[in-house]
Amino acid sequence: MTARGSNWLLFWPTLVILLFFLVPFLLLLRVSVAMPGLGAVGAGGFDLRNYTSLPFDSGFVKSIGFSLALAAGVAVISLSLAFPFTFWLTRMKRAAQVIWLVFLLTTLSLSEVLITFAWQVMLAKRVGLSNLLVWMHLLPEPISLSPNLWAVVACLVYLVIPFSVLLLFPGMSRIDPQMGEAARTMGASATRAFFTVIVPLMRRPIVACFLMSFIVTIGSYVAPLVLGRPEHWTVAILISKAALNANNLPLATAMSVVFLAATALFCGLVLSMSRSRARA
Amino acid sequence: MLGLEVQGVAKSYAKASVVDHVSFSVPQGEFVCFLGPSGCGKTTLLRLIAGLEAPSAGRIILDDRDITSQAAHERSFGMVFQALALFPPLNVEENIGYSLRLRDGRRKTHGKRIEELLELVRLPGIGKRTVSQLSGGQRQRVAIARALAQEPRILLMDEPFSALDAKLREEMQVEIRLLQQKLKITTILVTHDQREAMTLADRVLVMANGRVQQMGTALDIYRNPANKFVAAFIGLSNLIDVEVAGASSVRFADQLIDVGHIPASVAPGEAATLSVRPENVLVDSLASGRSDELLGTVIFVRDYGATIEARIECSGREIISVSPSAQWRGMKAMDKVRLQFVADACRVLPP
Repeated sequence: MTARGSNWLLFWPTLVILLFFLVPFLLLLRVSVAMPGLGAVGAGGFDLRNYTSLPFDSGFVKSIGFSLALAAGVAVISLSLAFPFTFWLTRMKRAAQVIWLVFLLTTLSLSEVLITFAWQVMLAKRVGLSNLLVWMHLLPEPISLSPNLWAVVACLVYLVIPFSVLLLFPGMSRIDPQMGEAARTMGASATRAFFTVIVPLMRRPIVACFLMSFIVTIGSYVAPLVLGRPEHWTVAILISKAALNANNLPLATAMSVVFLAATALFCGLVLSMSRSRARA
Repeated sequence: MLGLEVQGVAKSYAKASVVDHVSFSVPQGEFVCFLGPSGCGKTTLLRLIAGLEAPSAGRIILDDRDITSQAAHERSFGMVFQALALFPPLNVEENIGYSLRLRDGRRKTHGKRIEELLELVRLPGIGKRTVSQLSGGQRQRVAIARALAQEPRILLMDEPFSALDAKLREEMQVEIRLLQQKLKITTILVTHDQREAMTLADRVLVMANGRVQQMGTALDIYRNPANKFVAAFIGLSNLIDVEVAGASSVRFADQLIDVGHIPASVAPGEAATLSVRPENVLVDSLASGRSDELLGTVIFVRDYGATIEARIECSGREIISVSPSAQWRGMKAMDKVRLQFVADACRVLPP
């Protein structure tokens, strides 16, 4: 094969990205400035009102704030659970590690929809967890544990944790156990050694894991819809309502673009913060 | 006693015994090397002393205080690890100051102490560099400075020079010895390199199969090996199966050989092993032809300039001799020769 031929082969992933990501994104931008009700997809012409009317739209800004806070919260909770678990996992025997990793991969094969409805059943009054608590004499009678915010958070954390563990595992398993031992011989207790040596060594994977959990959660749709009240609805739900119920595609796309910008801004902020911490 | 005492310490994993009831003591200020083949338990013994492993049996005593159950971070012995384990997120200064920060908190600055330590390991002014900017030798020195920062009662080193090239290793060996003598710090170094152990240590502890085979000065161990393993492991030795004949002689190849002294552990008539270092095997040309001498045939001669090594077949056994060139009388391969062992240098060991 000629050098030029192999270059073209290497170029095709770029083409795929252009075709399947950039083109739809450009279409999205185009539709977001269209006039509602015109053209083939119900959107044509040019109108900036989709954007100018947004902040006054019912609860949209509040929903952006809620979505960001929910995603950040879920990311923090899943990181703080996954990190110690992964540390413990890397100190296990090889065979036990494989079993855990296979188990985690298996849970990834379940769809978000399936998991969400499973949580709904688990939190329900008739058959749910509360019956277990009653049986243990911790509750007088069964109650429904959803819809509420914590049901949404629990379900999302459950969804995100396998990703977090799989993302932290390679970095964590590369850390030489001598690092922790060195800290201990210098007067650090096991806990102290963990926070002063292991955590700083894992700074990059921690940031990557936080951002990944954040991105996975920010687009959540089913869990808040099924397990939350209307005030817990994420932007994704509002967008789908605008697009499908109100049939206003230009408004929905404008919401998406603004939401995308807000998310990008947040991620950029986290990255620059972690960089400045590294330099300090 | 001021110093470290290890009393009957054992460590076993599942059913395998790694350290088997080891006892010895290291007086304050002494430099001891644990020497042995890989898998002999020397690193585990060091980790037991550091508190990184808990012993299955026995006691560890420092300055008459039992520290067996004390956690590693409470012992605060300085330790240099094989992989050095410098912390990459921290710079040189922060690495060295790690133990001081833990002890005194973040508020106190330790700039002066850190600079002193860097001067001690002859790396002044590199405090602000990151670990990745250092060469192998520099990392080694920073690791030593870091281990010394907390002024430990004992400095432990686990094969610290194994990653360095030969020239740098020799330099570091001299340097660590000078440093140890200057600070008069009790030091234990684990190595599988007998040259390293012999040149560094006041006393060498030879280990095999989890047990102490012998402990003594380098010269003592070389001259008076306690058993067959030590005789074979330290330096080069001819180990010859013999039968004890009398109070000071053994029988080999139908000849009585005078060996000066036979220990009480082997009785006349019993089998034993005779250990003779090659420099104590004297070779002469066959002139006298007396029947009461040990005779052999030269197989191979190698001329090193200052010395000559010869391999001599004698009653089905190969015996190595090293003689100063001036005393070698020009024997060649296939020549018949007579052999003589220097009686005072012969050691009779249990088989």
